[in-house]
Amino acid sequence: MKALVWHGKEDIRCDTVTDPEIQDPRDAIIKVTSCAICGSDLHLFHNFIPGMMPGDIMGHETMGEVVEVGSGIDGKLKKGDRIVVPFTIICGECDQCKRGNFSVCETTNRKRHLADKVFGHTTAGLFGYTHLTGGYPGGQAEYLRVPYADATHIKVPAGIPDEQLLFLSDIFPTGWQAAVQCDIEPTDTVAIWGCGPVGQMAIRSAILLGANQVIAIDCLPERLSMAEAGGATTINFETESVLERLKELTDGKGPEKCIDCVGMESHVMASLPDTLLDRAKQMVMAESDRPHVLREMIYVCRPGGVISVAGVYSGLSDMLPMGAFMNKGLTMRTGQTHVNRWTDDLLRRIEEGEIDPSFVITHTVPLEQGPEMYQVFRDKRDSCVKVVLRP
Amino acid sequence: MFHFSNFVRTEGDPKIVEGGPSLKRPADQLARALGWFSIGLGLVEFLAPRRVTETLGMEGHETMVRAFGVREILAGIMSLSVDKNAGLWARVGGDGLDAAALLSGLTPDNPKKGNIALALLMVGGIAMLDYRAAQDTKPRRPPRDARRKLYPNRSGFPKGIENARTAAKQIAAHPKA
Repeated sequence: MKALVWHGKEDIRCDTVTDPEIQDPRDAIIKVTSCAICGSDLHLFHNFIPGMMPGDIMGHETMGEVVEVGSGIDGKLKKGDRIVVPFTIICGECDQCKRGNFSVCETTNRKRHLADKVFGHTTAGLFGYTHLTGGYPGGQAEYLRVPYADATHIKVPAGIPDEQLLFLSDIFPTGWQAAVQCDIEPTDTVAIWGCGPVGQMAIRSAILLGANQVIAIDCLPERLSMAEAGGATTINFETESVLERLKELTDGKGPEKCIDCVGMESHVMASLPDTLLDRAKQMVMAESDRPHVLREMIYVCRPGGVISVAGVYSGLSDMLPMGAFMNKGLTMRTGQTHVNRWTDDLLRRIEEGEIDPSFVITHTVPLEQGPEMYQVFRDKRDSCVKVVLRP
Repeated sequence: MFHFSNFVRTEGDPKIVEGGPSLKRPADQLARALGWFSIGLGLVEFLAPRRVTETLGMEGHETMVRAFGVREILAGIMSLSVDKNAGLWARVGGDGLDAAALLSGLTPDNPKKGNIALALLMVGGIAMLDYRAAQDTKPRRPPRDARRKLYPNRSGFPKGIENARTAAKQIAAHPKA
C-alpha cells in the first residue's frame, strides 16, 4: 500500500509499504477513505518532538471502512462498518478510560517504559505520533490497523460526507474540549490564540457553548477572515498590540477565559524578544518549547480566570510567569483530547446541522501529493488552512 | 536507508518495500553539509586555537580564533535547523569576518603567508557555496503583501451564527435539570 512515511526532519515521502496485518484479536483493519494533515504533524515534520524513527507512518486524523476484524472484536465492529478513528487509542477498560480520561489510557501505549520515564506516567497510545506514544503506524495511508478497535472507533452513519465527519478524529473534539475546559459563562469573553484548524474549531465551540464574546488572535489574513466568519472579533498580532486590544475589548478587565491553540512553535518576531530567545534556546536544545502564548495568556487573563491549553507542548518551557499565575488565582487545564468523551454529542450536532466542520478544508488532494502538502501547509502557501488527503 | 529502518519496526507493522521520492533539494543537502562542516571547523578553532594561529603565523590571536569557533558552531547548528536559511546567511557574514582576519595577517614579515593565502582561497570557495546555498534555501513563505484568498463565508454554522448564538443562550437559560 501507499503511505506517507517520516524519513527525517522535513523529509516525508510517499512510500510503498507492506499492508498492515491483524496482530491481536482486538484489532481491525480499515480501508482509509479520508485522512488529514494536522498542525501537530508539523511538529514531527520539524522533528521538534523526540521519538520519531525513519520508517514511521504519519497521520492521526483518519476515517474509513472496516475490511477485516480480529476474533476478539465481539460484534462491536463488522466488515463494512464506516468508522472515524480517534487519534487516541483506548482500551475502554482501565481505570482512566472508565473515568472518561481516554487520552491517558493506561493500557494502550505499547512503549510505556519510554513515556513513564519522560512524563512520569504513561499516556494513551497515539497513531503516527512518535515512539513515546507507542510508535503506532499512522493513518496517512491506504490501510490502517486499529488496535483495541472494539473501543477505538466512532461509528458514523452513511449519508454524511467524509468531510463533515473526519474531524471527529481530532480537531473538532480538541477545539471542543478546549472550550469546555473553560467552563464558559454567558457573560464571558473567550480569547483564542491561533486560528489554525484547532483554533477555528475552538471559536465555533465557544460560540456553541454560549460565550458572550470570542476574540481570535493570529497574523494570517485568511485565517483571521475564517475566524471572523465564525463569529469572532479578530486581532492581528503583527499589526496590533494584543495586550492593548484585549484591554479595549474587555473594558480593561481582560478575557475571563483564554485558549492556547498554538503550542510549542509560537511565531518568532523581532518585536517579541522572548520568542527570539526561545528559538535560539530551542535550536541548541536548551528548551524544547516556545511558550510565548502561555506567557501572554497568563499576563492578560482576568484574575480568577481559566487558561485552557489545546496546543501541543513536548517538554520544557522556560520563563513562565508563575508569580502572575499564582497571584491572579488562575486555573490552567490542559491535555490531549479525550476524543470519545465528546464524540456522541458532536456527531449529533453535525447530524442536526448545528455545525458543519468541513468549513475548515481548503485543500483536498490525493495521498501521493501529501509530502508536497506538508510544505504548503507549513509555509502557509496558497492560503492553506487544512489539507485533506484521499488515498 | 529504509532497509535499516525496517529492522527496528515492531513485528507485524508495515515495512517499506519501495521508497518514494524525497522533496529534499540539492540545496538542502548542501546546507546540511555546510552545517556539519561549520560545527567541525568551529570545534577545531575552539579546542585548538593555538594550532590554528601557529599554522597561520598569527600567534597571539587565540582568543579571536576561539570566538570565531563559537560563531562557527552556532552558525552550524542554525544551518542544520529548520531555520537553515538564517544559519547560511550567518555563515556568509562569518566568511567575511574570516577573510578580514586573514587579510590582517597577510603581512610581508609573516613566514606563513603562503598558508594564509591558501586559507583565503578556501574561505573564498566556501563563501561561494554558502552564498549559493543561502540563495537556494530562501523560505518559500509568501511575502507579507502577497494577495491571499480570504474565507469570509465559511462560518461552519449551516443555520447561521445568530441561530447558533440563540440556541446557546436558550440552553444557558434553561439548563437541563
